[in-house]
Amino acid sequence: MYTFLRLLADSWGMLSILLIFLGIIVWAFRPGTKELYEDISNIPFRNEEFKE
Amino acid sequence: MLNGIKVIVYGLLVLGAAMAANFGRDLAFQVHAILVASVAGYLLIKTISAIGDKPKPKETGYMDDVVRWGVIATVFWGLAGFSVGAWIAFELAFPNINFGLSYITFGRLRPVHTSAVIFAFGGNALIATSFYVVQRTTAARLFGGNLAKFVFWGYQLFIVLAATGYLMGATQSKEYAEPEWYVDIWLTIVWVAYLVVFLGTIYKRKEPHIYVANWFYLAFIVTIAMLHLVNNMAVPVSFLGSKSVQLFSGVQDAMTQWWYGHNAVGFFLTAGFLGMMYYFVPKQANRPIYSYKLSIIHFWALIFLYIWAGPHHLHYTALPDWAQTLGMVMSIILWMPSWGGMINGLMTLSGAWDKLRTDPVLRMMVVSIGFYGMSTFEGPMMAIKAVNSLSHYTDWTIGHVHSGALGWNGMITFGALYFLVPVLWKRESLYSLKMVSWHFWLATIGIVLYASSMWVTGIMEGLMWREVDAQGFLVNSFADTVSAKFPMYVVRGTGGLLYLTGAIIMAWNLWKTAIGAGQTAQATAVPAE
Repeated sequence: MYTFLRLLADSWGMLSILLIFLGIIVWAFRPGTKELYEDISNIPFRNEEFKE
Repeated sequence: MLNGIKVIVYGLLVLGAAMAANFGRDLAFQVHAILVASVAGYLLIKTISAIGDKPKPKETGYMDDVVRWGVIATVFWGLAGFSVGAWIAFELAFPNINFGLSYITFGRLRPVHTSAVIFAFGGNALIATSFYVVQRTTAARLFGGNLAKFVFWGYQLFIVLAATGYLMGATQSKEYAEPEWYVDIWLTIVWVAYLVVFLGTIYKRKEPHIYVANWFYLAFIVTIAMLHLVNNMAVPVSFLGSKSVQLFSGVQDAMTQWWYGHNAVGFFLTAGFLGMMYYFVPKQANRPIYSYKLSIIHFWALIFLYIWAGPHHLHYTALPDWAQTLGMVMSIILWMPSWGGMINGLMTLSGAWDKLRTDPVLRMMVVSIGFYGMSTFEGPMMAIKAVNSLSHYTDWTIGHVHSGALGWNGMITFGALYFLVPVLWKRESLYSLKMVSWHFWLATIGIVLYASSMWVTGIMEGLMWREVDAQGFLVNSFADTVSAKFPMYVVRGTGGLLYLTGAIIMAWNLWKTAIGAGQTAQATAVPAE
């Protein structure tokens, strides 16, 4: 069990974690997000008072 | 019906805890059983006296009571933790001031200090601000009704059990994870409730997107749960005693401990407080975060990279060499996301730097981000094996920890408190900005004294330990280094006193603000509860 997990961690496991991480970075830079990010970054300035 | 069940449960708890106190095998366990019995007894009486009362009207709006309680607890535990810290700093310079009492020796007070500042001061700050931020950024009331109150009070009980246990010698001797098995189980229950409240609130959010601060808070809650469970795997010697035995042993135990220890720094003292930064810095500067894109990368880089850095605490030990090198390399890589986050926080002020001249609260936040940058530069440097061979086991490490804790965690928390108190108690402004300036300078000079004296004494100590004469014999005995360090210990204690003085000024200022002293405009007053 240990040997198998160790083998997995050293090969495909590590590769998939690296690819997921790089994928997220590429995803963050996808085009056409300027307005979306601008909208999200203004969330702290809304909802100061509770609305039903 | 519900009250009936409550009465039965509390009654059984009182009985069970009283029996545990009677049959308990050691002092700490007995005292804790009496404490639990008293809490259950109080709840029992409260429930019985409430039977037959009309049900309270359902509360709406943001749940801010629990945040107010959290702010008060943060200030209280902060003062307690800083005082104990200053005291033990002087105990190191003047050992006689423990007066020969075992309860207040350095060995027992030290975990009281670390737990009080990290888990009581920092933890309450994180719980309170996360409850505030998640409501304001999701436009939803906290999920779970009274569950949030349970989280708050349950966490205070955890703190009291942990701290009193240390004084009576109940510890499993794992740094930053000292509480014994039953206290650990209690914290697990409280923490799951915390996760449920936080996730539930996010789930019922009215904003379509989850603001980045919530991502950091969530990472903090989830990771701490994971670390806590793995590092506290222990078998109690008796169910009626506080002693337990660790499941792991040897180098496996050491690696588990520092996997926990370093990620407690990474996710409790970094991710959680970054959640604070990403909300309170934009609010205080009145500008959105510099780059939202960068904040996404900052978040995921921290998540993917931090978890590997723990082995740098075990350089030149029995830990396999590859693991030590892995820890060193990952620590150095961590420098990048940390500085990305620092730049994001600082650049939020671009175009508004003039506010630093007039707003001491913002100044506090900016200095805290500066210390975040400085300690996340110093840390990777100390993780390099060659540097570590000099710095390890010396006071340099203590200095590094405190520039991060006092500078980054402390200052950002003070900033958040100065922002929150006028908002939560519905006041126009703080009681006195001048007092904030005093606090700022006292704290900053205190940290400078602390960090620089520890650099000097740490490097001196490291050099003295490795000094050999022409025949290859060690030149200095351990006691030589201790006496050489005396002046620096006095300087360090003085720095701590300055920091504590600043915090006392803050407590006074916040108290005056909360009760509405010195308000120019008549704001609507709410009871401080």
